[in-house]
Amino acid sequence: MKMTNNEYDKLTKKYSPNTKMYLTLPKAFVIGGLICCLGQALFNLYTYLGMTELHARSVTSITLVFLSALLTGLKLYDKIAKHGGAGTLVPITGFANSVVAPALEFKTEGFILGTAAKMFIIAGPVIVYGILTSVVYGIILYIFQIMQ
Amino acid sequence: METFMEYFWAFVIGGGFCLIGQLLIDLTKLTPARILVTYVMAGVVLGGCGVYEPLVDFAGAGATVPLTGFGYTLAKGVKQAVQEDGLLGAFTGGFTAGAAGLTAAVVFGLIVARCFKRGDKMS
Repeated sequence: MKMTNNEYDKLTKKYSPNTKMYLTLPKAFVIGGLICCLGQALFNLYTYLGMTELHARSVTSITLVFLSALLTGLKLYDKIAKHGGAGTLVPITGFANSVVAPALEFKTEGFILGTAAKMFIIAGPVIVYGILTSVVYGIILYIFQIMQ
Repeated sequence: METFMEYFWAFVIGGGFCLIGQLLIDLTKLTPARILVTYVMAGVVLGGCGVYEPLVDFAGAGATVPLTGFGYTLAKGVKQAVQEDGLLGAFTGGFTAGAAGLTAAVVFGLIVARCFKRGDKMS
């Protein structure tokens, strides 16, 4: 069967996965939305138990990170993520998964250069650029403050 | 009814953030790492501009659970620290505010790596 590059492109696009947006988009929306609802339920529980709003938000984050770590260890998070796509990536549980999965996967390379080094393979850039942006914002705030 | 609306908006706004992420994956082929970096930086910028705070009041966990919420937390921490400590606050605020999530990820990551078996393949 002969075909031009163009035809080949069309064919690969047709058969390559992940392009069925009528499936990926609603799945990401629903699964991501549900994770946020779980966060809301935890937050409501913690404020009901008497925590301040700020503390309740922090403890909610810790709880979600814990649940994500546990599900990652049990190999369940990946199964959900196959359907969830960005719905399981964008919430803080996805961030936790990006830390825990390589930590577990690379433990054969040792607990120093395997687990501890590789756990930041995705979280590292997130922390570096997140902190950098926050420092820039802080400096701008400071300049405004001394000008007033 | 009020509680229902709380969950409804958490679902819609949180789901919306994920929908945008999925659009980025499907249309631009951005890798997950780049998307997470983009979300955190966007969260800091939106938090800094004062746009994100009303969204948090409105959607609760729908705004705080996505990683933009982590960026917002960093911005909020820096703002408070700069008000209290001046320029030093620009350097301490981010990590101080983000400490809970970051420490939890590190600690639980280590525990899981210690206690669970590896999968067959990296996915």
